[in-house]
Amino acid sequence: MSQNKTAPADVEETQVSKNRFHGLWALTHRDLKKWYQNPVVFILGIIQPVLWLALLGKAMNIGAIFSSASMPPMPQQLVATLTAQQQQLLSGWLGGLQSQIMTSTFNTGDYFSFMAMGMVAFVTVFTTAFTGMSVVWDRRLGFMNKVLSTPVARSTIVVSKVISAAIRSVFQAAIVTVIAYLLGLQLGANFTVFSVLGVFAIVFLIGIGLSSMFTAITLRTTRMETPQAIFNLVTLPLMFASSAYFPTNLMPSWLKAIADVNPISYTLDAVRRLMIFSNGYSGLVTDFVYVGAFAAVVTAICIVLSWRFLNK
Amino acid sequence: MNQAENVIEVEGLTKVFNHSLTAVDHIDFSVKHGEIFGFLGPNGAGKTTTISMLITVLKPTSGTATILGGDIAKQSLDVRNAIGVVPQEYTADEDLTGYENILLCADLYGIPRSISKKRALDLLQLVELTAFKDKRVQTYSGGMRRRLELACGLINRPKVLFLDEPTLGLDVQTRAATWNYVKMLKKQFGMTLFLTTHYLEEADALCDRIAIIDHGKIVVIGTPSALKDSLGGDIITLSIQKDADITDIISEIEHVKEVKKENASYIIKSSNGELTAPLIIEALRKNGYVVTKLSLTKPTLNEVYLQYTGKSMRDAEESRENVFKQRAAVRRARQ
Repeated sequence: MSQNKTAPADVEETQVSKNRFHGLWALTHRDLKKWYQNPVVFILGIIQPVLWLALLGKAMNIGAIFSSASMPPMPQQLVATLTAQQQQLLSGWLGGLQSQIMTSTFNTGDYFSFMAMGMVAFVTVFTTAFTGMSVVWDRRLGFMNKVLSTPVARSTIVVSKVISAAIRSVFQAAIVTVIAYLLGLQLGANFTVFSVLGVFAIVFLIGIGLSSMFTAITLRTTRMETPQAIFNLVTLPLMFASSAYFPTNLMPSWLKAIADVNPISYTLDAVRRLMIFSNGYSGLVTDFVYVGAFAAVVTAICIVLSWRFLNK
Repeated sequence: MNQAENVIEVEGLTKVFNHSLTAVDHIDFSVKHGEIFGFLGPNGAGKTTTISMLITVLKPTSGTATILGGDIAKQSLDVRNAIGVVPQEYTADEDLTGYENILLCADLYGIPRSISKKRALDLLQLVELTAFKDKRVQTYSGGMRRRLELACGLINRPKVLFLDEPTLGLDVQTRAATWNYVKMLKKQFGMTLFLTTHYLEEADALCDRIAIIDHGKIVVIGTPSALKDSLGGDIITLSIQKDADITDIISEIEHVKEVKKENASYIIKSSNGELTAPLIIEALRKNGYVVTKLSLTKPTLNEVYLQYTGKSMRDAEESRENVFKQRAAVRRARQ
């Protein structure tokens, strides 16, 4: 027929990419672009952790509970039996009790610092939960159909979502840390410049794991309600059955059992160890291995599910 | 490639959803090289399901299909590389510009930027979007979006282009313009085109061959003129004042080939409608019947469609427009 009539100027054949992961960065960058090119979303994403830190972090002033101001005065009968020197020793001991209790509970004298690092996990959970939504959006708006008809590997499609969410999580975590510092984060003796890189690394890992989880859940969904419902169901236990707000060793045993397998607890242990604790780096390797393994397993599951379920 | 060779070959292709709903039921057909092949059918007939299987997005339950010799299930990657797809929905990313969208498509095909940049600009010029290339797609009109979809579908220089309802929801003028682009692009790139549309007159004017699908089965396949001829001539539709059976009277008349009663009217096939119509009126008058309405139609694809699916395209059309409106609402909801 009219095959070679008016050939276009550049007649080179389409090169078929040999790279199995072609399109990965294009898709990742698309998601990131939608994020950083949208000033409202971008700024709200920053404001949200600020609010949480300033309001929740400062409102839950647990340290003040143990301060001498909130302690009842010594009973008069007791004071009468003590010499002046004994009284001085006792009030000195009681005064020191506050920081001792705080340190033995939270590993830091300042609850705000403990809680601020918990917020790192909080923003990661929120950021990654939105990846599930974006899969559903892509489906509803037809973009997914288009991508599925191109030679992009199914795994590339989900991995791009996961990577973009992990990158966003790291960025959000960095913002939380900076704001927490401005609001009075007390850095521990463990802190060095490399701690920041360590925090980014572990947040990236947990970001990969969580966004794989949320993506896997929404692979087949075309309704917006489903991921929203799941998101509401999952985030609360994910956050509170972890060390985000309170140390696990003071929890009831059933809750502690859950919190002790929650990868968020391991993430936060690493983050706090690197930033605000002063008792050395032991346990850091366990944290990284555990969170890394979680990310690897969940991502693998998500990729396998994408081969099976990522179609029309 | 041999010009006469079949580009698409489909054998016993079947899709069953949830073990119960048979959307496509053992269909067979082939599409020749360089042909424009039209797929017609009412809503839910299995058109989009068929296209989805051919473009490897949906796995068939049974049966096979090959595109350019590549099996859609076993060599899906080769197939995806060789085809272009213009889906029913607007798939472009609203937050990106037209140019960025085309480059993104190119990246998905693994085309290096050194080639894709020039190609994207050429395609934008072809579909006359150069002036809008740096505008976000959300600002585009329906016709502009369609053209952008066309350009995206062509970025990998496909040998076969699939168009699923490319003019859905467009006004008459834009529809005509879109088909002009399609024809021009086909001429320029020498592609084989597989399309679905529910505008029958457009299918008639554009397609080399047409398949009508209903309830998951292909009911008829052929060139538009052969399909029209297969109806056996002109169609006379008439109503009479009384409710009586006049089938026998009409059947006696010269050139009449078939009489069917449908609701209150009679549908009569005649090999020569102009001659038959006055004879019918005359015969009925003699028998005491008064003809209240009579129309004579030369067969169009609409009649072909009605004949084979038992439905008028208009019924299907309305619900389609509704579907389309819903999609548009989803899009707006996002902003």
